[in-house]
Amino acid sequence: MSALLEVEDLVRHFVVRRSLFGRPLATVQAVDGVSFSVAAGETLALVGESGCGKTTVSRLVLRLIEPTSGKVRFDGQDVLAFDAAALRRFRRQAQLVFQDPYGSLNPRMTVGEILAEPLALHTALPPRKRAVRVAELLDTVGLPGVAARRYPHEFSGGQRQRVAIARALAVEPKLVICDEPVSALDVSIRSQILNLLRELQRRLGLAYIFISHDLAVVKHIADRVAVMNLGRIVETAPAEQLFAQPRHPYSHALISAIPLPDPAARRDRLVLQGDLPSPLAPPPGCRFHTRCPHVIARCRAEVPALIDDAGHATACHRWTELPPAAVAATGASPSPALERLMAAFTRVSDVEPAHGVDKVGAGSRHDNCSAP
Amino acid sequence: MPALLEIDDLKVTFHGDAGRITRAVDGVSLAVARGRTLGVVGESGSGKSVTFLAVMGLLPPRSSHVSGHIRFDGLDLLALPDRALRDLRGDRLAMIFQEPMTSLNPSLTIGEQIIEVFVRHRGLPRDKARREAIEMLRRVRIPSPEQRVDDYPHRLSGGMRQRAMIAIALACHPELIIADEPTTALDVTIQAQILDLLRDLKSASDAAIVLITHDLGVIAEVADDVAVMYAGEVVEQAPVAALFAAPEHPYTVGLLGSLPRLDQKADQLAVIDGMVPDMSAPPPGCRFAPRCPFADDACRAAPPPVVQVSATHWSRCYKTPLARLVA
Repeated sequence: MSALLEVEDLVRHFVVRRSLFGRPLATVQAVDGVSFSVAAGETLALVGESGCGKTTVSRLVLRLIEPTSGKVRFDGQDVLAFDAAALRRFRRQAQLVFQDPYGSLNPRMTVGEILAEPLALHTALPPRKRAVRVAELLDTVGLPGVAARRYPHEFSGGQRQRVAIARALAVEPKLVICDEPVSALDVSIRSQILNLLRELQRRLGLAYIFISHDLAVVKHIADRVAVMNLGRIVETAPAEQLFAQPRHPYSHALISAIPLPDPAARRDRLVLQGDLPSPLAPPPGCRFHTRCPHVIARCRAEVPALIDDAGHATACHRWTELPPAAVAATGASPSPALERLMAAFTRVSDVEPAHGVDKVGAGSRHDNCSAP
Repeated sequence: MPALLEIDDLKVTFHGDAGRITRAVDGVSLAVARGRTLGVVGESGSGKSVTFLAVMGLLPPRSSHVSGHIRFDGLDLLALPDRALRDLRGDRLAMIFQEPMTSLNPSLTIGEQIIEVFVRHRGLPRDKARREAIEMLRRVRIPSPEQRVDDYPHRLSGGMRQRAMIAIALACHPELIIADEPTTALDVTIQAQILDLLRDLKSASDAAIVLITHDLGVIAEVADDVAVMYAGEVVEQAPVAALFAAPEHPYTVGLLGSLPRLDQKADQLAVIDGMVPDMSAPPPGCRFAPRCPFADDACRAAPPPVVQVSATHWSRCYKTPLARLVA
């Protein structure tokens, strides 16, 4: 199977300080040799803590930032060799959904205008047909047609994120990069958007790169996961495998740090000591060694390579000799009665997937409630 | 044992533009005893933060109106003169905020900010206060506190800043600690460290702790009792084990169902339809009725009663006990 997107040894260094004569004095190795691939219709999650480079990777893939070196291939074509026209065609097929639906929608444009803009830029659709397409898009993401005449501020966070998703879908992309798409949303709204993203993937055959720091969300949505630490991928594996048996101590720490919604859950938590090292001066050798409980001399000196083992790749000198991570504790399953009660909430949205998911218009008033 | 903090029928209204009145908190009654941790969970706009800003006396007096009773160890906080309240804050009452960068003073070293507390509330001389400050930083596990004490907040990482915040809050061994989303701005591995620290503090003192959060996982890890807030009201209160095993308010059920689970891959997450009601004109009956899959005409007509499930567990719902609905 050929991949939709292939990224090979991607590097991006940012110069943060220069001498009087322009000589670089300090560089951040934001992304330092990252390789992965995404198949059509697949969801790859990029996870890691702040500053690990996951967002920079997404910008590099779309060439919103130019890589220092490396290769990006989309549908077999070399993205880094594209001229302006080819780049525009490429961006029609690869779209981006941002974290903050407050900052990413133009407040002076109606939702209809926001959705028509990519149609005008990327398609030959005549203006009168655009309105039809806009109505279709709104319906796809579960917003009523009247939303087209309203402005972003009239919507709640969850509804705005639906608009942002509709905008990304306007040009019928094959790949959507979702950068923390639900991090700014409340729990009950978050599940609406996650369900929507999955449903759209099934219906439209989209591939996602899902960037998140929330591992419970990632487990829910991803087919494969790549764990990043300080500009490098330390482990990639099918989601089920990674959560059942992480091999890299950093993945283990991340997974065991998720607070479980179960007061009875007891487990071996691997609590890391200390802070993330500064990306300005990443530690030599394995970049995780300053926080790793299993560190030996070799880790401080030698950079571990990401070695693939039947689809599960790990960049750790010691993973084969470490005891298997005991993260089996996942919290107790709810009682049958509680399962049935929760199912009542699922059923409501099954009946009406496209309508009544959010009520338009109440959003801005709701937002005001929290602020005096 | 009488509770250390008792909130009784607290109402907070905000006066907005054009005479609009928002009832942010509408009849909240809560109590916390010494040595207990109360988790308060709810989504944005549920009134959870406003309730405890009222306890601390930190709401803007010009645009807000507070009524009801807040008793702290026998003192009526709402009737207390400003000066007396200032003496309590930072001494017997302490608050930890979500965003340590904006709640620390950027122009003072963290040492000075802790020393200030000791000088103001304990009347210690500066050199002794400095030694105490270093001791506090050590207690919240800041490495090499002798050097860190002279650092400005911008020199510290997010996790370190939150520790410094906690050190300031704990300086005078407060009897009541209110932590408002203390780990929300932090990375997961750092969150785990801070939660560990909170659990240690809990076992090392008999302070009452109120933990305000939207994260049910954090609640499950730290709280003894839980109050679930929705649209300005407490809709359910229970000991933590009972709340997670057998929630009795449909909103709580919906919240639990909307969490992605680690034990299985659910195809669809539960969805709470619609949104939080407009609090300048809340619905006449149950405030959750418009979003509740179990609601009927009775729910929409009049506010539901408080139904006692056990001595320590109650729910504000006509349908409680919910087991009837799926029997």
